[in-house]
Amino acid sequence: MKKIEAIIRPAKLEELKKELSDLEVRGMTVYNVMGRGLQKDIKQYYRGQEVSLDLFPKVKVEIICRDHWVERIIEVILKVCSSGQIGDGKIFIYPLEDIIRISSGERGDDAL
Amino acid sequence: MKTALKSLVLSGLTWAIITMPGIPVQAAEKAAADTGDTAFIIICAALVLLMTPGLALFYGGMVRKKNVLSIMMQCIAVMALVSVQWVLLGYTLSFGSDQASLIGGLEFLGLQGIGLTPSADFGTTIPHQVFVAFQLMFAIITASLISGAFAERMKFSVFVVFVLLWTTLVYDPLAHWVWGGGWLTKLGALDFAGGTVVHISSGVSGLVAALVLGRRHGREREAILPHSLPLTVLGAALLWFGWFGFNAGSALGANGLAGLAFLVTNTCAAAGALSWVAAEWIDHGKPTVFGAVSGAVAGLVAITPAAGFVSPLSSVIMGLLVGPLCYLAVSRVKEKLGYDDSLDVFGIHGVGGTFGALATGVFASQALNPAGVNGLIYGNTHLIQVQAVAVLATYVFAGLMTYLILKAIGLFTDLRVTAEEEETGLDVSLHGESAYGYSEEGQNTLSLGAV
Repeated sequence: MKKIEAIIRPAKLEELKKELSDLEVRGMTVYNVMGRGLQKDIKQYYRGQEVSLDLFPKVKVEIICRDHWVERIIEVILKVCSSGQIGDGKIFIYPLEDIIRISSGERGDDAL
Repeated sequence: MKTALKSLVLSGLTWAIITMPGIPVQAAEKAAADTGDTAFIIICAALVLLMTPGLALFYGGMVRKKNVLSIMMQCIAVMALVSVQWVLLGYTLSFGSDQASLIGGLEFLGLQGIGLTPSADFGTTIPHQVFVAFQLMFAIITASLISGAFAERMKFSVFVVFVLLWTTLVYDPLAHWVWGGGWLTKLGALDFAGGTVVHISSGVSGLVAALVLGRRHGREREAILPHSLPLTVLGAALLWFGWFGFNAGSALGANGLAGLAFLVTNTCAAAGALSWVAAEWIDHGKPTVFGAVSGAVAGLVAITPAAGFVSPLSSVIMGLLVGPLCYLAVSRVKEKLGYDDSLDVFGIHGVGGTFGALATGVFASQALNPAGVNGLIYGNTHLIQVQAVAVLATYVFAGLMTYLILKAIGLFTDLRVTAEEEETGLDVSLHGESAYGYSEEGQNTLSLGAV
């Protein structure tokens, strides 16, 4: 089992959800996050006082899946979220030790 | 039968009223109030009052979200405190009989002797009580304006005492000097609606208070940004709207002069918005909403002393000059000098008010208002000197008195909240409430009561 964490542009979330649903990938956890990478600071001005916006609003999507699903999901994320510009975000893949469904106590793949 | 009964009841009531102790019967020879003027000034008084909640929104949007209620509470508190102070003491100090050109006498203490007919000296076509109410609203907005300078750090208890002392010891004498027959009236200084009394006095007092209290924590390390500019825009809109009552109402009648004041007020606000935005667009490349509303307020401040004395064309020129001037004051001068006038009370009201008072000495036209005097562009070099004296006197008096009042309060208590209270935010630490949700983290479950 793997955990996929994708940090994406907020505007891409709805389309990503739809494309993943077509693959019957339904479960996900979504966070509003702030972060920075290569994207250039944005300047703001308040009564002439210059302020740099150096943390950008992004969305983090966490998806848990079986190992052989990982590449297909990455493919969908790249297709939907890549504009070719810096600021598109990143994907992180983690190995996952176990899953427990709280309502039934099922574990591992059964809990997915 | 019914009519007869009605008139009997009415005459009985009239008798009861005129013989009631405490309500003085006015002498019959006094002029009756003009109904048009009276209606107009009552509405204008309400418009000027609306400026203070407008200011609460204007300022509230500019502070961080942990302090928005504290600044709004200060504005609301001034409405309550000064309304009572004015009736008890403030009006008579401002408009009572002249004592040595410095202060009003005490004959109107508790508004005794002020009735339903006009005063012989002020607003002679409106009931004296209407004049009292109209002038009260100016005292309220002036004290409220100062709160922006020390926003996000003053103790509320200190604020309450400061407002009462400041209004009594600074505003009331100043209003007497300029409008109540004091020495600036006699000198011939022109101040149509309060450029010196309201804007310079609040601006300079704000600057002094900001210096006495010191900077907000973290001011050197990080930018302290407005939390809700839409609130600020709404507040500015209410200020602009209320300002019609402020300036047009200062004609004290529904007449041509009020019309002139109305028109130049709107024009100068518009030109101020245009010129501020133009200045920042050239300076850093972006036309901001915050700049547009700040420029409009700067324009409104500038036209205040001049409203009944200058032409619409002169008001365009004043608006075009005051925007860049105030923009430089808040974006450059404040940074250079390093004082923390949180919401630019001095930068806009002090600087804009000073400009307006001097510009009145330049653009005033006796052809427009026979009660006025010609300014510099009509060949009179005297008026601008008188205006400069009025400006200087206001700076020295308001600055010095504010310093003394704060030092006096400081003998009994700290003026500032503790560093920890400041960090937490004044809404929670002083007032026990939060503007948005229950906590900074957006957590909206709390256990009830004490644990």
